[in-house]
Amino acid sequence: MYKKTTLALAGFVGLALSGIAGAADIHTKSISSTCMSCHGPGGKSLGTIPSLAGLDKDYFVKSMKDFKAGTRAATIMKRHAAGYTDAEIEAMAAYFASLK
Amino acid sequence: MTLNRRGFLKISGAGAAAALTGCATQPGASAARARVVVVGAGFGGATCAKYLRQWGPNIDVTLIEPNDKFVSCPISNWVIGGLRSMDDITHGYDKLPRHGIKMVKDTVVAIDPAKRTIKTRGGASIGYDRLVLAPGIEILTDTVKGFKEAEAAGKVVHAWKAGAQTAQLRKQLEAMPDGGTFVMSVPTAPYRCPPGPYERACMVAHYFKQAKPRSKITLLDGNPDIASKKALFMDAWNTFYPGMIDYRPNNAPLAVDGGTMTVTTEFDAVKGDVLNVVPKQRAGELCALAGARNDSAGNWCTVNFATFESTTVPNVHIIGDSVLSSLPKSGHMATNMAKVCAAAIVELLAGRQPDPIPVVANTCYSATSGTTSGYVANVYRFEAGKGYVNQPEGGATGKGDELNFSYNASWAKNIWAEVLS
Repeated sequence: MYKKTTLALAGFVGLALSGIAGAADIHTKSISSTCMSCHGPGGKSLGTIPSLAGLDKDYFVKSMKDFKAGTRAATIMKRHAAGYTDAEIEAMAAYFASLK
Repeated sequence: MTLNRRGFLKISGAGAAAALTGCATQPGASAARARVVVVGAGFGGATCAKYLRQWGPNIDVTLIEPNDKFVSCPISNWVIGGLRSMDDITHGYDKLPRHGIKMVKDTVVAIDPAKRTIKTRGGASIGYDRLVLAPGIEILTDTVKGFKEAEAAGKVVHAWKAGAQTAQLRKQLEAMPDGGTFVMSVPTAPYRCPPGPYERACMVAHYFKQAKPRSKITLLDGNPDIASKKALFMDAWNTFYPGMIDYRPNNAPLAVDGGTMTVTTEFDAVKGDVLNVVPKQRAGELCALAGARNDSAGNWCTVNFATFESTTVPNVHIIGDSVLSSLPKSGHMATNMAKVCAAAIVELLAGRQPDPIPVVANTCYSATSGTTSGYVANVYRFEAGKGYVNQPEGGATGKGDELNFSYNASWAKNIWAEVLS
């Protein structure tokens, strides 16, 4: 089930990227935007929840993978990180790194 | 009126544009400026309008909303508990036009899906290529005998749409003498904000503990058990408010009497000093106007989960609490549905395939005292033929704490900004 989804995603991302070179594909934009409901518009937080805009890509990926593995202490982030594929985490990292 | 050559060409252009919008989902239709009308500027609708403009800068977006201000249901229990004021949960729509959204203050009274036109109470007729309905819930006050009369007499509130009744309930609690009883009822699922009733019990208990410590709460639940975050609420009730909350499952309200201040269920007749009955709910009436309140009971809307388009009414999308699904009816979820819907509409209007595997997430905090909160968080991935599948690591905290209270407050600030600015 999961494998099938991942393959479908890879195919879809490829398709979307071939259409708009350099721009984030719609799947990446869509899943990244859902982060902003907690982390603030454009990834800029107004409170104690951390901002995501402009975060270093590698730091984002490592954080999400550590949350997923349970090796980094967290409140809700293990619950969220575990719901995304490694490819999606990489794509989200690149997206948030590109936001100022 | 005579037409010169230029005028004639203009009209031809308009006719051509109208013809093109007739097949706006086909490639090549992008020459026409597509029109999307969003009705309802709550968490779902306002977010959808904003992202439609962000991702589809060539789309004309009209957002229709009858109210002057956005009043947030999330955090409204904090107002009832005295942690926040009405001002804190009330926000303006003034920043939305910056995105190029055309705001219309009006009420939609008719929807013609065949002609793709809506009509407003103010007399406007507005055409659309895609229509997004985000009306929230309709509260079925007729399902509780005597509710309407008692409500009109000011003897009972639901306070399940944030606004005047939120403030009214707070005032009634303030006026209640120490040693009084607050009676609240929880509707049978599905209803808006599954943990909301139990958070409200915590907030009222928090207020009583400080100001009226001899007072009691009777919680009449139409469900067989605490419907959300059970461990969190049980822990809070036992730790912070021992002996204060009388919880009675399987006790849906059948009637309310504002004269004797009594709520009657199948098993009990409970007298209270302040009555808060939350009746059953269904999709907002707007959905019925479009013919989209189409599940077997005619209560909720069935949608294609990759696009949130109605399964029976073409070009009409429904987001938020009105949707029939396994997804929780929360403001946060409405913002996520809004983003998937906006992305899909942008793709459809451009003649491209929408994301076939959208992902939505829910984050929901509930305060358990004046300084502690707990959460539930889940990710749901769309799978063809299955709908949104809840991912295995999701779940809730069993105990509230100060850190989550801080995140709860921060979440509210951020999501309000995300929706409205």
